[in-house]
Amino acid sequence: MQGFHPETEGQATDVVRAALSENQAINVMGSGSKQGWGAPVAAEVELHLSALQGIESYEPEELVLTAKAGTAMAEIEQALGKNDQTLAFEPPDLGPLYGAAAGSGTLGGIIACNLSGPARIRSGAARDHVLGLDAIGGRGELFHAGGRVVKNVTGFDLSKVMAGSFGTLGVMTSITVRALPAPEKRRTVLIFGLDWERAVEAMGAALRSPHDINGAAHLPAGAAALSEPGYVSGAHQSVTALRIEGPGPSAAARCAALRKLLAPFGEIEELRGHNSSLLWREVRDVAALLPDAGNCIWRLSVPPASGAAVTEALIAATGAEALMDWGGGLIWLSVAPGLDASAGTLRAAIAECGGHATLLRAPEALRAAVPVFQPADAVTEQLAARLKGVFDPAGIFNPGRMSAGA
Amino acid sequence: MAPMQLPEPDPEILGRREEIIAGLSALFPPHRVSDHVISDTASMRVFECDGLSAYRQLPLVVVLPETTDQVSKVLEFCHQGGVKVVARGAGTSLSGGALPLADAVVLGLGKFNRILDIDYANRCVVAEAGVANMAITDAVASDGFFYGPDPSSQVVCSVGGNIAENSGGVHCLKYGLTTNNVLGVKMVLIDGRVVEIGGRHLDSGGYDLLGVITGSEGLLGVITEVTLRILASPEDVCALLLGFPSAAAAGECVASIIGSGVIPAGMEMMDRPAIHATEEFVHAGYPLDAEALLIVELDGPAAEVEYLVRRVQDLAAEAGANYTRISQNDAERERFWAGRKNAFPAIGRISPDYYCMDGTIPRARLAEVLDRISELSETYGLSVANVFHAGDGNLHPLILYDANVPGELEKTEEFGSEILRLCVEVGGVLTGEHGVGVEKRDLMGAMFTDIDLEQQQRIKCAFDPDQLLNPGKVFPKLHRCVELGRAHVHGGKIPFPHLPRL
Repeated sequence: MQGFHPETEGQATDVVRAALSENQAINVMGSGSKQGWGAPVAAEVELHLSALQGIESYEPEELVLTAKAGTAMAEIEQALGKNDQTLAFEPPDLGPLYGAAAGSGTLGGIIACNLSGPARIRSGAARDHVLGLDAIGGRGELFHAGGRVVKNVTGFDLSKVMAGSFGTLGVMTSITVRALPAPEKRRTVLIFGLDWERAVEAMGAALRSPHDINGAAHLPAGAAALSEPGYVSGAHQSVTALRIEGPGPSAAARCAALRKLLAPFGEIEELRGHNSSLLWREVRDVAALLPDAGNCIWRLSVPPASGAAVTEALIAATGAEALMDWGGGLIWLSVAPGLDASAGTLRAAIAECGGHATLLRAPEALRAAVPVFQPADAVTEQLAARLKGVFDPAGIFNPGRMSAGA
Repeated sequence: MAPMQLPEPDPEILGRREEIIAGLSALFPPHRVSDHVISDTASMRVFECDGLSAYRQLPLVVVLPETTDQVSKVLEFCHQGGVKVVARGAGTSLSGGALPLADAVVLGLGKFNRILDIDYANRCVVAEAGVANMAITDAVASDGFFYGPDPSSQVVCSVGGNIAENSGGVHCLKYGLTTNNVLGVKMVLIDGRVVEIGGRHLDSGGYDLLGVITGSEGLLGVITEVTLRILASPEDVCALLLGFPSAAAAGECVASIIGSGVIPAGMEMMDRPAIHATEEFVHAGYPLDAEALLIVELDGPAAEVEYLVRRVQDLAAEAGANYTRISQNDAERERFWAGRKNAFPAIGRISPDYYCMDGTIPRARLAEVLDRISELSETYGLSVANVFHAGDGNLHPLILYDANVPGELEKTEEFGSEILRLCVEVGGVLTGEHGVGVEKRDLMGAMFTDIDLEQQQRIKCAFDPDQLLNPGKVFPKLHRCVELGRAHVHGGKIPFPHLPRL
């Protein structure tokens, strides 16, 4: 195994070209904080992009930032923060879930995983905030996609397909993302003691209201007990959380209206300031809220109205611990490794309601045996395999990480 | 610039026209063939152009299926016979995306006109691809919902066409383009196979095929069904009408609004010629002494709208606004918009013809770009009126010309090309929301290298390796997929002494 830490696009291109000429597979990574996500990659070359780093340009008045792919998320968030701006898709920090240090992830890693936090339901996914990028393709050539403006329909949207491709379609070297104003105030309305079904009803009612909710999560009693804010951990029962952001007077008025709307569901409290931020960071990063006994972690995206039924059925069938985000549309499960980490049971449930289940964390042997990403129907699988084939004809980028074909 | 060329019609296909018509006719119930297959010249005339009416071409034949199964059979038939296909929604493309080819079947989706499911629990609507954009909002408005993207043709343009073009609209500043509001599609591939991508859940479990299908301009497949995200309607909406003594001052106001952290639902700008033309047409009450006019619309919870209106008012005053009016009710707000929404027909009244451009620029370069457009206007001797989605930098210069004056269309197109190159030069892009189509196809080289374009075309090869879907659109050069699929192996051997190693 040879490891390379290029500092320039040119050096990264050289590594890809050399690997091409030697027909060697490359394990493409940022800082490697999420290496545990995906099937194990057998590669002769490791390409670390964490030295290909730095913010190339940031124009707060244009709401746009360009950075090298290996730039630390912490650096980007700090630069944005100085201008009261933020990445509206609320990028999670999953490092700690895999045992890496907090704050070690890179921009390229976040985009390659199309990873979005609780605000996804209102503000869109990571891929919605990528305006353009540079990447090295499967022929060792640097290509450019997209632009630096939000409104752009010039040609095929390559940025979308590179986002969420886990380094299997090319090596991203530079990424332009959309920055947005950070909200002036954040508040959270909490409802106590709801079961999964009632929680999804309450979150649905809030999300259908005009109160502009940008976070809707449900922690069962077990997860709530692990939360840091006292209002949540001290509840000794389940906690359903709804987040409101905006200018002060607006946040206050909407919170009041939301409390009124949700009063029939049960006892209500409100979190503000630091405690509100803390709770949503826990929901975003998940690690703190799921008991860690070497369990496997699944991440399911389902139609939100199916969230409660799917969660209840899977808890009954597998004994999993669970929590819910995205108003019921995102389910996190922590299950015992067992033979297949309950993959069969989970995917049968998905087949019924639609969506996908990803085995986010599991021992390597299990990830080699169980499809980590949701297997699609034959036609979609073939399209994905063809896409991989035309982008990476030699099959050198992260072979097998997403599926046998990609 | 050389005039736009479409691919040479294939004489072999033209020679088989009767046989192809017969083959397509056999795919439909015998007593209804005349509803589905249109082959006489007079009836095909309706389909000879889209919203970019400068280009016209009669198709080989038009088919109008009404089920996904029929679309599948049509495409399978065309695929087997090597016949090209141009998909068409409502035909409102402003870039010639649905322009027929002499040797291609036009596959119209007008009969796909049903809304299939309104799902409030999952906050989405499932509809057939030919349903009009506005019909989605109309179907859910009384229950307090709306569909975000609102292109100006929304009363007629189809949701399938919106996905093909990744349509925007006035409110995409806050609510996003089509790509940010589509959850899923049912699509027929060129070989007739049907694929469902996405659904009522968020994000893709594998590659984001939905992301690349959106905005692919009919080159990857034919969409027959769509699943769209709907949003809760805002409680309150208010618009400000702001007049400025210069375009630069208006541009500064736009920058300071965005800079202060306010994202309005829409922020539109018009220059003096556009203000005068629209005011004469609809009497919206625009200030005729203003050099530039902004319409800033704020929506959301009532408390927020009230707060933001005050803030925008203050920022406008600081930027030197010399006219400010705040809408007191919906009727007044709609009057503010009436001029902007009728800008195109208003220009149509003062000029025999006009050509609408669609570049995007960084907001900060606005004043400079407007100056240079007015210089170009003098050079070419053609007037320009500018309407502008100012919030997201999407510029729509309207070039006024007379197609009956020999050479004037060509001069106009050349002028337009210079404007778009200027957009790219200042860090913007060739098209913000109208698409590339045939119109901007030959300008793609101003923004992308051959390598960039080849990478895009590889997606085409994954979906349609024989390149039968909408050929001649988007890409200036057609590469054969065998050629694009090849791996070039470069020289060079590991180790590289100059690389920092593990």
